[in-house]
Amino acid sequence: MKLTRTFLGATATLALTAGVAWADPALIYDLGGKFDRSFNEAAFGGAQRWADETGGEYRDIEMQSEAQREQAIRRFAEAGYNPVVMTGFSMATPLETVAADYPDTNFVIIDGVVDLPNVRSVVFTEHEGSYLVGMMAAMASETGTVSFVGGMDIPLIRRFACGYAQGVVAANPEANVIVNYTGTTPAAWNDPVRGGEITSSQISQGSDVVFAAAGGTGVGVLQTAADAGILSIGVDSNQNHLHPGQVLTSMVKRVDNAVYEAFTAGEDLETGLVVMDLAAGGVGYALDDNNAELVTADMQEALDAASAAIASGETVVHDYMSDNTCPVSVE
Amino acid sequence: MSSTRMPKWADVLLVPLFSLLIAFAISALVILAIGEDPVEALVIMVRGSLGSTYGWGYTLYYTTNFLLTGLAVAIAFQARLFNIGGEGQALIGGLGVALVCLFIPWPNWWTAMIAAILASAAFGALWAAIPAFLQAKRGSHIVITTIMFNFIAASVMNYMLSHVLRPPTAMDPATARFDDVLRLPRLHDILGLVGIEFSRSGPANIMLFVALLFCGLAYMLMWRTRLGFEIRAFGQSEPAAHYAGISGVKIIMVAMLISGALAGTMAVNSVMGGPQRLVLNAVEGAGFIGIAVALMGRSHPIGIIAPALLFGFLYQGGGELAIETTIPREMIIVIQALVIMFTGALDNMVRQPLEAVFLRLRRRG
Repeated sequence: MKLTRTFLGATATLALTAGVAWADPALIYDLGGKFDRSFNEAAFGGAQRWADETGGEYRDIEMQSEAQREQAIRRFAEAGYNPVVMTGFSMATPLETVAADYPDTNFVIIDGVVDLPNVRSVVFTEHEGSYLVGMMAAMASETGTVSFVGGMDIPLIRRFACGYAQGVVAANPEANVIVNYTGTTPAAWNDPVRGGEITSSQISQGSDVVFAAAGGTGVGVLQTAADAGILSIGVDSNQNHLHPGQVLTSMVKRVDNAVYEAFTAGEDLETGLVVMDLAAGGVGYALDDNNAELVTADMQEALDAASAAIASGETVVHDYMSDNTCPVSVE
Repeated sequence: MSSTRMPKWADVLLVPLFSLLIAFAISALVILAIGEDPVEALVIMVRGSLGSTYGWGYTLYYTTNFLLTGLAVAIAFQARLFNIGGEGQALIGGLGVALVCLFIPWPNWWTAMIAAILASAAFGALWAAIPAFLQAKRGSHIVITTIMFNFIAASVMNYMLSHVLRPPTAMDPATARFDDVLRLPRLHDILGLVGIEFSRSGPANIMLFVALLFCGLAYMLMWRTRLGFEIRAFGQSEPAAHYAGISGVKIIMVAMLISGALAGTMAVNSVMGGPQRLVLNAVEGAGFIGIAVALMGRSHPIGIIAPALLFGFLYQGGGELAIETTIPREMIIVIQALVIMFTGALDNMVRQPLEAVFLRLRRRG
């Protein structure tokens, strides 16, 4: 017994010295991976921007399986990283358990809500951004039929679909919106082949603008749309450069800003719920050299008006997640 | 047999040790080739898995998984049945655990644990029963059928978690968290009783002792009962067993049911002991690592304990390596594969030279 105690004492000291002396921030990417050109890559972009500007260092890890989430969060908290930032709603349940065990560490979850004193929950109003790109889709469409490819079929992605459909109908009440989802498991975030197949099917039904809100799967959607000569709309990161002149716009979700702000705040991070909406610049649409020719003056005028109306509260875009229904038919 | 050419201790200890050294040496070369320091990598792995009670908590948690899946493969292999379906049997076992924990209001953890063990064993055994029946009655090869059943199990779990067991408001394909009463005592709680400090975080729990108990019981079964003798006799020679009046159908069924039940109980550790809810992919490949554990442990119920610990170390240390260095997680799979290859498949590469050495020594002596 005595020997065990000495042994355990020694290992405890080792564990302490193994941790970091000062608090670096850490970032955990959910399934889909760091370089998904979309959601997780936006987070990586924010962290990298912080590192370039401050010269600071951070640790990051990509999730490989559902069962590792809790261990990854614990590992960073145990080693003294602060704050620990993570992306994806799937992190919410594991974080609930872990955050309570490390009251002195601050955690940030993006896209999920955990109601604990040491957690900042960052959520975006995806329906507002999707509404704007929906308007653009309807105005750019010649056939009057546009489409949507979602990743995993969950309320969060239905929120994108519903906002998009509302925007389409606002710009063209006669327009038809086709909505499909890639799957019902997290594998749906990283299946570009299936994304391409769904897009082909939508094109054969007359769609000439497709919006992908599907993480890594969207790469296949944009590729298929470009090959078929129709327009596409990217998501989360600015994806206009993937197929210059063929991506109408991207519904940007400033995950990078959320990570950047959390890293900048460091250990003194304020916790609680943070809603990044259109007025706060949390969501929006991307304009750059790659899509300048696709966005007409009429379109720009309509978008500016709609943005102002949403920001001022004059136009309220229905949030699917508030009551799990959508005022516009999205089937 | 080999034991006549080599003392038993050399067969049991030296052969796996040399195999392991070769595997690690080649792994070191691979790590060098991608421009990392193998010594530093080893230090990180040892420190991350054995250097703190936090690390031990995870290492022993994975060890528990591998003990049960390794035991499952070992028992079936005693009857020369290669059960590759541990993964699927454990997945379905997890379903049993979740149903028992979610829908029955248990008064305390130990009644729930016993029920969960029974349910997971029943579900795992059921999943093994179909391939076993096809092998026994129709001669469909057990390797093919069990591996196919892994895919079916994964699809069943996808369906159950995203359509049936997912709480209506949740987005994650997982069940709700089990009641707090059902939390299994972890090493922190158990060792705390005798005054030993242990990290609260590690998920290693009472199932570790249950798994070790199962190893002991399996040893008794295989070497101290008539059924165990029949299983081993059938494994050594099917015609001889038949001639001795042993029913092949019965042995195949019984061995596979025990095997599936053991693989199923692994889920009690990874579902009830770990995240306390059923998530997708809760088994994380433990069913396949069980094959390596059984190969390395020579399919002996006690012999698998050391390899289970080794793979627990590789698994936890590998995770740490992925965080601390730029060595990708895939690299760890390469190292595990090398260990499996040298300890299991290339056994004779080490054994034959060693036997030659011992023969020479004996002649001189």
